[in-house]
Amino acid sequence: MDFLNAFVALANFVIIPAASYGSQLAIGALGVTLIYGILRFSNFAHGDTMAFGAMATILVTWGLQGMGVSLGPVPTALLALPAGIAITALLLLFTDWAVYSFYREQKAKPVVLVIVSMGVMFMMNGLVRFIIGPDDQNFADGERFIINARNFREMTGLSEGLAFRTSQGITILTAIIVVILLFWFLNRTRTGKSMRAYSDNEDLALLSGINPERVVQITWVIVAALATIAGVLYGLDKSFKPFTYFQLLLPIFASAIVGGLGSPLGAIVGGYLIAFSEVMVTYAWKKVITYTVPPEMAPDGLVQLLSTDYKFAVSFVILVIVLLFRPTGIFAGKSV
Amino acid sequence: MKKLLLASAAAALAAGAAQAQDVKIGVILGFTGPIESLTPQMADSAELAMKEINDAGGILDGMMLESVRADSTCIDSGAATAAAERLVTSDGIVGIMGADCSGVTGAILANVAVPNGIPMVSPSATSPALSTAEDNGLFFRTAPSDARQGEVLAAILADKGITSVAVTYTNNDYGKGLSDAFISNFEGDVTANVPHEDGKADYTAEVGALASAGGEVLVVFGYADQGGKGIIQAAVDTGAFDTFVMGDGMYAEALVGDLGDMLAGSYGSVPWSEGEGSDAFIALTEAAGVAGESSFTRESYDAAALLALAMQAGGEATSAAIAANLLDVANAPGEPILPGELAKALQILADGGDVDYVGATNVELIGPGEAAGTYREYVIEDGAYSTVQFR
Repeated sequence: MDFLNAFVALANFVIIPAASYGSQLAIGALGVTLIYGILRFSNFAHGDTMAFGAMATILVTWGLQGMGVSLGPVPTALLALPAGIAITALLLLFTDWAVYSFYREQKAKPVVLVIVSMGVMFMMNGLVRFIIGPDDQNFADGERFIINARNFREMTGLSEGLAFRTSQGITILTAIIVVILLFWFLNRTRTGKSMRAYSDNEDLALLSGINPERVVQITWVIVAALATIAGVLYGLDKSFKPFTYFQLLLPIFASAIVGGLGSPLGAIVGGYLIAFSEVMVTYAWKKVITYTVPPEMAPDGLVQLLSTDYKFAVSFVILVIVLLFRPTGIFAGKSV
Repeated sequence: MKKLLLASAAAALAAGAAQAQDVKIGVILGFTGPIESLTPQMADSAELAMKEINDAGGILDGMMLESVRADSTCIDSGAATAAAERLVTSDGIVGIMGADCSGVTGAILANVAVPNGIPMVSPSATSPALSTAEDNGLFFRTAPSDARQGEVLAAILADKGITSVAVTYTNNDYGKGLSDAFISNFEGDVTANVPHEDGKADYTAEVGALASAGGEVLVVFGYADQGGKGIIQAAVDTGAFDTFVMGDGMYAEALVGDLGDMLAGSYGSVPWSEGEGSDAFIALTEAAGVAGESSFTRESYDAAALLALAMQAGGEATSAAIAANLLDVANAPGEPILPGELAKALQILADGGDVDYVGATNVELIGPGEAAGTYREYVIEDGAYSTVQFR
């Protein structure tokens, strides 16, 4: 029995990857939930907004790299992030002005807006591919590892290695900072309060002198920031390919709905819940169990509940269970 | 309807035969789709062989070869079948140089070639399943089956004394076929056989399963610019595996360039041709302005040449003549024929002699008419491929 090696193997393949993936989902789900809470529709274009934000950041990063700017061990992309957010915010404000505002004036039903957002999704989809192409793009630089698997093994003398990538560290750290900032903004600032008021009751908010257009615009800017940060972190940690952001839409929506649509806290909890479920259900537990039980009880098979191919199915199943038994989600958001 | 089609096909064939001077050969390759960057060079190489024959006065006393191109799409069996059907019924081809990808090749063989009695020579379909397909002796290929590559890789591992491996393959006909072939030949213990999907951003989950299963090395049957690369990256990042064994899809200079030191000491196999046949082919393509160094161009040239020589040997420009004589001209005994010597081969055959077509890829058709193939065993050292030996 060797609990230390078991824990290291678990940390290496489950805890660290799931924590960073969960952070990316949580930031993505925060964007979805904000739009749902304030603009009252499910934004299907969110995945492609993330792709657009990441793309804008990549282009700026390449520019910076070309000029020889570098942050040393930290990826240059973080320096380019504000510019990426600004470009994405402009695009979202333009989309709102050109598309969504028309339907808002018509007082269109949420389901109409959902379909409209799908149209926007396809447009952004095409835009991103048109600008940067459908292929993998590499923009990560700086130090690759905080803890390198080989060095860890040599340092500790354990048979299991532990790898902690810089991108994973940055992802988790950024997620914490973003969440703190967002909650401070929503709960403590005047603008944040006006947004919550608008979300709770549009008519009362109007009566108390809140400018709805301003609330909508600020929402889009915040969503642009969240989407770009989530997109860039995902791209840094994994790889940037436009199509994978489209696929992210399902786990992100699952996270937002599981936590409770419209509830920021729910989005964060949902993000980690989905990420840990996906990773743990598809992980082969053979190694960890072999370390923790007496040798004669060690399993022969892989002890894998679901093949890794079914990763997305996990989000689906959780989504279905939540919708059946608790349609408002864990934190009692709006029912779907 | 089928009778009508057959009748019109027969009529078209008869009409083609009546005109007598032109012999049409279908070139069915995926001019659109996943391998569209390779197919133009493949078609050019096949047509280079036909041009060489026409320049020498054609086959059978002055009958000229004419190439008719059609798009196999590589992935859409329906479209490929329709394209091949059109070549047979309206163009009246006598043989097919193609198709390229294993899936569409099987579809054309079953739906068009066998019902119409049209022989096919594929330059690039490598699925082991095609060896046992119902073909009435009409299917040949100048590319070796992956069953053979599975044997070669298993032999390489046996020589290195490796007894326990984890295997991952790209989840399609190619990956599955190659992994099955490898596992059935491998003497040691396969701890896990995990498929991976191409085009994903992250392969940590797949690598987690493979690492949990363990093994001395990780065998990767994927694509160098797709999931295979992602798997290796994730395996090195997490410290799961240090050494990788790679199939032919993983052979790319770009892979070594991107991953660099991570691959040091890893090894694998790739179909390779070298020697005077290959050199003669390169000289020929350079003179003709065709990009001969591209993949499967040698096999394409050989496929077209074999079709023509088989007709010459059979003494008539018919599908039956090709099917009956193709193995004879491809294999010993006879005068060895290199690229650029097709005129000589035609003359020998016209005089009643025997040829052994060597071509650009050392053609030797075995079993049901497929190339034996030569594989290069390589190891990656100092960020570059270096040859260990040929198998």
